[in-house]
Amino acid sequence: MTRRWRDLPPAVAMLGASVLLLGVWTVYPLVRAIQNGHLRCDATGRRCRDAGWGQFSDVFMSNDFQHALGVTVKLVLLTVPAGLVLGVGLAVLADKHLRGIGVFRTIFSSTVATSVAVASLVWFVLLQPEIGVFSDLLSGWIPALKNPGLLRDPDTALPAVALSSIWASLGFTFIVITAGLQSVPKDLYESAYVDGAGGVRRFTNVTLPMLAPSMLFVTVVLTTRALQTYGEVALLTAGGPEPDKSTTTIPFLIYGRNSIIHNDLGLKSAAAVLLFLISLVFAVVQFRGLDKRVHYGR
Amino acid sequence: MAADVTTQASFGTTRGWRKAGRYALLTVIAAIVLFPIYAVLLQSLKSGKDSLDHPRSLLPVDLTLDTIRSAWTSGDLGRLMLNSLFVSGAVTLGVIVTSVLAAYAFAFLRFPGRDGVFVLFLATMLVPAEVTVVINQRTADSFGWINSYLGLIVPSLASTFGVFLVRQVFLQIPGELREAAALDGVGHMRFLWEVATPLSRPTLGALGLFTFLGSWNAYLWPSQVVTDEAHRTIQIGLERLKTPGDISKVNLVTGGLVVAALPIFVMLVAFQRQLVRGLTAGAVKG
Repeated sequence: MTRRWRDLPPAVAMLGASVLLLGVWTVYPLVRAIQNGHLRCDATGRRCRDAGWGQFSDVFMSNDFQHALGVTVKLVLLTVPAGLVLGVGLAVLADKHLRGIGVFRTIFSSTVATSVAVASLVWFVLLQPEIGVFSDLLSGWIPALKNPGLLRDPDTALPAVALSSIWASLGFTFIVITAGLQSVPKDLYESAYVDGAGGVRRFTNVTLPMLAPSMLFVTVVLTTRALQTYGEVALLTAGGPEPDKSTTTIPFLIYGRNSIIHNDLGLKSAAAVLLFLISLVFAVVQFRGLDKRVHYGR
Repeated sequence: MAADVTTQASFGTTRGWRKAGRYALLTVIAAIVLFPIYAVLLQSLKSGKDSLDHPRSLLPVDLTLDTIRSAWTSGDLGRLMLNSLFVSGAVTLGVIVTSVLAAYAFAFLRFPGRDGVFVLFLATMLVPAEVTVVINQRTADSFGWINSYLGLIVPSLASTFGVFLVRQVFLQIPGELREAAALDGVGHMRFLWEVATPLSRPTLGALGLFTFLGSWNAYLWPSQVVTDEAHRTIQIGLERLKTPGDISKVNLVTGGLVVAALPIFVMLVAFQRQLVRGLTAGAVKG
């Protein structure tokens, strides 16, 4: 008992900075966003009145939010499964003791070095219809590359944003899955081999179950990233092409400079809180659904 | 590893073909993954006209540094890089200090309510930046921190992930070590500085690398807290090279990209091991 109270002053001193910072920049804004979500402001953004809890459902049901939610969910579906399959495929392919395999591993991890801005601008340059490399090389197969350009065609703009995200996340996925593969005990493969399991059986019955924790982690991280997509959209399409707004994700609806709610603190706060709840729902569902099948260690 | 067993079972030429096939597949995929980087790099090394002339721009001939040079001056990239370096350096240092201190309190002290406070800490990890930026921009404004280094740095100085990561390592240090040190009259700060921190150096390296990368690459917060030229980070400033409508200047963007990405690529190659350690900290064991 005395020890516990004696430890209190140093604990306060050591935790002080973190508690203060997290309080001001994480907890306070969350609480405040929930409060401000009740406000409905006039066009100037100055005079606001309390619209109550109903504003959250109003915002959720509004056409703009529903549209952005649809775009965001589509982006999750376009990026997460493809990113996961590519990452696992590459990691399994490179998980072999071959001469020079380290070079391939470095190449496959390399996109982890690109930031959102760098990756997006790389694809922005490559996909320019007039001068981009892809429009010259591939427009024979995909005419939209040249006219009007993937980023300007309402049907292909979102897949193009997804392509940039998948490429940028590949390095991260590859590194995590490779580490997961390396932690699989080798004797498991040997006993499966002795039991007469072929290559495919060993992959589905040993590799995949043992990779489950890494795959769950990657799935949750990729999903979170997709739900929070802002920079890619700001740099590649600015939420367009208009008038369909086919790439306006929820974060872009909240933070985009030309967003219709740009000056409305109440609506922005409400949309931000809803985004938080949606992310939570995704994370909980993924953990619930996948955790049962995950084998942690031995 | 799955394939190790396969190749052991097959013999002679089959084995050679399999190996060649795997190399071929690896090479093709590596080429696809690297192609965007290669194309942008080569475009940045061409003069304006050549960079627009495909497939000529894809061949490593007639290289020049003119494009990168003019991107450097017209984008004021030196200034942007210094801003990013200063902000990321300060954030990294700050995160290491706050994480080590808080982790020490959670790992070595037994104050009342410790576990409750720790759970609250972990809960803040669930709150994404996308939710808090709306209000944080106002908070920064009320502090007079819009367009300032303080606004860029201070909100990122605490990291729950960092606290969690360092605490995990501190927990592996035997409690008896601390007890013995306490009997010898060694205070908390001295134990932290002389025993706990040196023992966790690899983890601190990984945390530092990660924090630096995260801060260097940050986009949303800097784009909301900085509007003037003087405080822009490289990530925000690159966009300025992208002149709408003027296609002939797209090669300037490639020059800017190379300048912005190069230090990070070099850093990652140099610190590959720390990077892997940090990335997989959350993944391998649940």
